[in-house]
Amino acid sequence: MSTVELDMQRQTGPRRGAAEAAPRRGHRFGDPVFRVLTLVCGLLVTIAMFTLAGVLIYDSWPAIRELGFSFLTTVSWSPSSGSYGALSALAGTALTTIVAMVIAVPLAFVIALLLTELVPPSVARVIGTAVEMLAAIPSIIFGMWGLYVLVPFMQGTVVPAVTGSWLGDLPLIRPGATFQGGGFSILTAGLVLAVMVLPFITAFTRDVLLMVPRVTKEAGYGMGSTTWEVLRRISLRYALSGVVGAAFIGLGRALGETMAVAYLVGGEFLNVPSSLFDPGTTVASLIALQFGEAMTELDISALIAMGLVLFAITMVFQVLAQMWLKRAQRTAGGRA
Amino acid sequence: MSASPTGSALRTPRPGGDDHGVHGLPPLSAVPARSHARRKAADLAIKIVSWVAASLGIAVMALIVWEVVRRGVGAIDWGFFTELPPAVGEEGGGLGNAILGTLVITAAASLIALPTGFLGGVWLAEFGRNGRIATTVRMVANVNMGIPSIVVGLFVFAVLVKPFAHYSGFAGSVALAFIMLPVMARTTEDMLNLVPNELRESALAMGVPRWRVTLGVVVRAARSGLITGAVLATVRVAGETAPLLFTALSSPYWLEGLFGPEGFFGGPVANLTKTVYDFSGTPYPRMQELAWGGALLIIVAVLGLNVLMRLIFQRGKEW
Amino acid sequence: MVGSKVKDSTDGARRDVLVAPPVEVAAAHATDDDFDALESVISVRGLDFFYGKEQALFDNDVDIKRNRVTAIIGPSGCGKSTHIRTYNRIYELYRDHRATGEIVFDGKNILVPGTDVLDLRRRMGMIFQKPSPFPMSVFDNVAYGLRQHYKLSRSELADRVEDALRRSALWDEVKHKLGEPGIALSGGQQQRLCIARCIATEPDVVLMDEPASAIDPVATAKIEELMESLKKNYTIVIVTHNMQQAARVSDYTAFFYEGRIVEFGPTTQIFSNPREKQTEDYITGRFS
Repeated sequence: MSTVELDMQRQTGPRRGAAEAAPRRGHRFGDPVFRVLTLVCGLLVTIAMFTLAGVLIYDSWPAIRELGFSFLTTVSWSPSSGSYGALSALAGTALTTIVAMVIAVPLAFVIALLLTELVPPSVARVIGTAVEMLAAIPSIIFGMWGLYVLVPFMQGTVVPAVTGSWLGDLPLIRPGATFQGGGFSILTAGLVLAVMVLPFITAFTRDVLLMVPRVTKEAGYGMGSTTWEVLRRISLRYALSGVVGAAFIGLGRALGETMAVAYLVGGEFLNVPSSLFDPGTTVASLIALQFGEAMTELDISALIAMGLVLFAITMVFQVLAQMWLKRAQRTAGGRA
Repeated sequence: MSASPTGSALRTPRPGGDDHGVHGLPPLSAVPARSHARRKAADLAIKIVSWVAASLGIAVMALIVWEVVRRGVGAIDWGFFTELPPAVGEEGGGLGNAILGTLVITAAASLIALPTGFLGGVWLAEFGRNGRIATTVRMVANVNMGIPSIVVGLFVFAVLVKPFAHYSGFAGSVALAFIMLPVMARTTEDMLNLVPNELRESALAMGVPRWRVTLGVVVRAARSGLITGAVLATVRVAGETAPLLFTALSSPYWLEGLFGPEGFFGGPVANLTKTVYDFSGTPYPRMQELAWGGALLIIVAVLGLNVLMRLIFQRGKEW
Repeated sequence: MVGSKVKDSTDGARRDVLVAPPVEVAAAHATDDDFDALESVISVRGLDFFYGKEQALFDNDVDIKRNRVTAIIGPSGCGKSTHIRTYNRIYELYRDHRATGEIVFDGKNILVPGTDVLDLRRRMGMIFQKPSPFPMSVFDNVAYGLRQHYKLSRSELADRVEDALRRSALWDEVKHKLGEPGIALSGGQQQRLCIARCIATEPDVVLMDEPASAIDPVATAKIEELMESLKKNYTIVIVTHNMQQAARVSDYTAFFYEGRIVEFGPTTQIFSNPREKQTEDYITGRFS
């Protein structure tokens, strides 16, 4: 029903009421008041975000004025020596996120395939619930688990095995100058990030795959296609923009994740990691870990500027995600 | 069975002079076919991979839960809930102040965000619908949910901590409320959209004012979903750490009063997640044990409430 | 004589009730066929079908003859679609759907495990109730099955796509928009696109599950015309709830009621001279 129809009924409503009995109080004022009240609350969401953006800009202004563009091109973050560089953190953010996405996106995709095509709904519900539960676990738990279980395992088993083998000479794998055993590293943080974003991407991907019309899939099978062929050649064409949107949602989360990464990434604020086994830092974890060290107004302003950078980056990906997801809904009709 | 497409005697071959189709096409049976065995192998491979992936996902979750239970269960006793944390290097103590703090901070956040988020969602679903403002609000709400929580922490720090020159539990609550607001609004909208329009129409046709229809009929119809959404949004922020780092901070003391240095508005307030974070990084076994105990408590609350809500919601799904 | 399911009618008087033949049966029908002498492409024997515990088909026997159009009619919910969905085993997509009995196609019972369903479905094309173009261009839609099953060069592919579109009487309408999305065509064109997609891989049988129920009368007429020309090369089975359509296009008709084949025979006979009371009631519109 359209808003117009609703409005018409809203207008005819009181008249009928009046015909039957004396109108109850609240008819005349109740509706407009209610409407305005809910509108204000609805707008609050929007206002909140713009306020946040405004405050971040305002409070990082001293740092921006002081540091200018060098903020983004300086490598190391070392306020005590007057160096406020976001580059090592940006590089670490990019690397951890890439590791996470490379692992999580394909996994999420095939799990979504399992949930939508391969198992009966009852089993899909159980697996789906387990995956969603994974999404509900707070990041600090992942961080602790990584710290106590994954870090020793990486340092003791995985890293020596990999760096000792022929793989150890490949770029991105050969330990760099800041190598500290590989336990606290870009890779460890990326792995945990992958586990953390997996459920989000899976759930979104499943939802878009479920939007593919049944008759189209049946027609695919009717042409003698296998499950994989139907998925790859038909369903994915419907769902592609949704899958991309889902990946961007996961990407946004990975970029902004703080606690788990702060535990695991190693806190190397001075250098750009040259290997996945090197320690590094990310924008979010740098803010968390360096906040306690902030002494001067400039230190704090620079950290807020870091927050602004993070906000801007995630905003870009969120908007992209929303656009792709929206497009996926429209594509329910199909496209070339 | 044949492993690849074959020509068939069951079809009448089209003569060369077919007046409809293209002339001179060789029969398809003369065209090299793709191997069915290969196509089926690829299909089987991807199915196996997806089973392995799902098993992996579930295994990791089980592993994490198991690790938390194993390491944390020893810390849970009466004192865990009632006592202050031990001094560095000492035995005993608990996370009583942190548990209380988390409850208060989260409750205050819910008090701010749930009603506003709910009303905002009502507007989106009942009034805004597909209008331009609603589309924008919806988009912003979706985007808002993706803002890193640490950024929200910084924002609240800049607004509520820096000007007053002290951390406060209230600042923590505002940070959490900021995160809850869009979640609650969008959940409310989704739940209200599930309510069939006939219900609205029939109530409106009886001359009931719109606000009564919405609150009395539509919201009531969607209540199980709304309660679920509200509880899950609350649980989600209760497990947040990053927004509290620069707002509520942490404290070794009990929360006391409102405006004093140990008060909700007056100073830093102990909370579970930040305490777990701090303690898990210390070298002291008792503190580590308490951290795992705290993690266990968080995980039990989060997973327990998730399961509970799921059960209730499934039952209330008559809609 | 015809079909195995037809019982002798003992009630001659009933026929008097039939006021007039309700539908005109086209003259083009192969009324002079010797049914038993015609080659059976599909022979169904003792087919039962279950949705979970609920049985939907009971002991169906039917023979689908080569280069003929066989119509399956009956009230909605009587198992018509269920019946033809067993031929290409498309029902298998759903967990608790189960068929037992025999469907002999090309000398083999296709219901036994070990049947190559990919090949089976290539040889038995299916047209669905709702036009189901894939989310790709007109060209890619028609090329879909060819690319999947065969290794063809680009020009060979283009030739075969054109051939299929011509034979589906769609070429002239779409030859300038082969690159446009299939979904952009009109409903009737979409359905003919699906037919083109289906016959591009030269199936033996074309199964049509109420192909005209979602499109307008003019488009329906085009599709019926098309069936007439297609049956020169293919065997067609069409499920329809529209009796006039069955009478117009089919050579043989099976009347389904509550999962059972009540009567199966030449269309002319079913519509002019039904042996069973239920058939008669249905075609005279006493129930539907």
